[in-house]
Amino acid sequence: MSTATLPHLPGQSGKGARILIGLAVGLTLVFIAAPLAFIFVRAFAQGWQVYAANILHPATVHAIWLTTLVAIIVVPVNVAFGIAAAWAVAKHRFPGRGILVTLIEIPFSISPIIAGICYLLLYGRQGILGPWLQANDIQVVFALPGIVLVTMFVTAPFVAREVLPLMQAQGTEQEQAAVTLGANGWQIFTRVTLPNIKWALLYGAVLCTARAVGEFGGVSVVSGNIRGQTNTLPLHVELLFNDLNAVGAFAAASTLTLIAVVALVVKTILEGRKDAGH
Amino acid sequence: MTFPALRISAVVLALGAAPATAQDALLNTSYDIAREVFEALNPQFQAHWQETTGRTVTIDQSHGGTSRQARAILEGLPADVVTFNQETDIEVLVEGGLLGADWRDALPNGASPWYSLPAFLVRDGNPKNIQDWSDLARDDVEVIFPNPRTSGNARYTYLAAFAYGLEQNDGDEDAAEAFVKAIFDNVPVFDTGGRGATQTFAERNIGDVLVTFEAETGGIAAAYADAGLERVTPSVSLFAAFPVAVVTEVAERNGTVDLATAYLEWLYTPEAQRIVAQNFYRVANDDVAAEFADQLPEVRLVTVDEVFGGWDAIQENHFAEGARLDNVFVNQ
Repeated sequence: MSTATLPHLPGQSGKGARILIGLAVGLTLVFIAAPLAFIFVRAFAQGWQVYAANILHPATVHAIWLTTLVAIIVVPVNVAFGIAAAWAVAKHRFPGRGILVTLIEIPFSISPIIAGICYLLLYGRQGILGPWLQANDIQVVFALPGIVLVTMFVTAPFVAREVLPLMQAQGTEQEQAAVTLGANGWQIFTRVTLPNIKWALLYGAVLCTARAVGEFGGVSVVSGNIRGQTNTLPLHVELLFNDLNAVGAFAAASTLTLIAVVALVVKTILEGRKDAGH
Repeated sequence: MTFPALRISAVVLALGAAPATAQDALLNTSYDIAREVFEALNPQFQAHWQETTGRTVTIDQSHGGTSRQARAILEGLPADVVTFNQETDIEVLVEGGLLGADWRDALPNGASPWYSLPAFLVRDGNPKNIQDWSDLARDDVEVIFPNPRTSGNARYTYLAAFAYGLEQNDGDEDAAEAFVKAIFDNVPVFDTGGRGATQTFAERNIGDVLVTFEAETGGIAAAYADAGLERVTPSVSLFAAFPVAVVTEVAERNGTVDLATAYLEWLYTPEAQRIVAQNFYRVANDDVAAEFADQLPEVRLVTVDEVFGGWDAIQENHFAEGARLDNVFVNQ
């Protein structure tokens, strides 16, 4: 498409537009593309074999597995929570509805490290539930449950935020029609509500996955950094970097980056579908 | 619907995450840069434990800044033993009631199986001929070390330079302070931690000398082998204990007191001490220390107690607000 076919705003020349586009492309290259490319350059700086050895190191393999496990637990819970919350808010009227919407979005505006500290103060040894947990020999923080809980907190709004506007826009007419045709609750949900929101739902799930995999600050507080036990992939990258193992750090970072790029591609595809589905 | 489900899953996960044979596993919570040392030590101890008891043992490692590690243990990180590089951070655990105040008496050498000292790393060929603390105060020398407010490593650097200043000025504290200030005025940038200072020196090529623990200089020189960095040990420096202790409360709960004690005692054996010395630490065992005399030149060490009257006095006279560090550290 040539610039001539674009509608020109008054006082704006084609040259000005080209400069702006050039700036945008240039900044994207400098701030986003170059650092991403650099990760792979550094990861492969000493060749394939060193890269493979770093990726296959047991501590790195465990970190990849742990991060995957966290996402496997968090994303389905988040999808269920997101649908339930959006359903409650969009399709029903009840007191405190506005407060609920605000509550759902709180994790967006709170720094993850605060979430981590809150869980520590709640479930830690000196925390409110600490003595009870310890008496019953349940380890929440500095173990998998703590990491999962913090990741759930941080990613909580992702699905709800995507699904909610769609549900609100669609209203309740279709569901009401289904009721008059004699459908039960489950049928309404699977035949009417779910098909209407499926692309937004998937889109939210992809965003949630990317965030769950990449979460650093909150998890770092409750992880305890036990290598081969509670060290997630982002934490592992930092530890390797601090150990002066640049190739190892960048190799681990490259797997994180790959996951992010895949998520981005899937997200872009879904975005098209979501918009088409409107 | 999700809240009870979530709680149940947390409990299930907790049960699944608990080690099945708790008495044969050990969590060693340690300082940031100790990974290599313990990666070399732990398999040897596992073999030793297998030989003497016929049992297998897994040793998990957690590494991080020791103030942060102490905080995590206070909040429930189930560390059976701590191997730290700051005595004050073990004292934090004592105050938290996790172990007894007499932990230093439990093991030889003040419960410090190895130790180190602030030392120097200079450019290839030592072009500025930096040999001792007095050279760091010269006008033509740029010095790199991290911010003493955020880095324990840099606090040792400050104290070692101060101790040298006291010796040169017959114990005159104000003269020592002026000497340390001259060194601080030569620091172009204060990074928050040792890792940042290392990058400033080795990757950004800023400064003529990096001051850090002697134990780190070998690893840094090896990591930036192309740069040809050279290790320099000053004539006098400060004894930096690397203290170890069993976290009694955790070990008793896990039933690992005997194993944890055996592990820490084993760190004093010649076998373990040799591995540690290979990583440029000074070790408690004299015979092993003699074997490594070539790579660790002779140095006169003074202690915190001798020169400063202990950590409490240091806190009051040097690191508290308005104390001597504030006078020295004016350009932030």
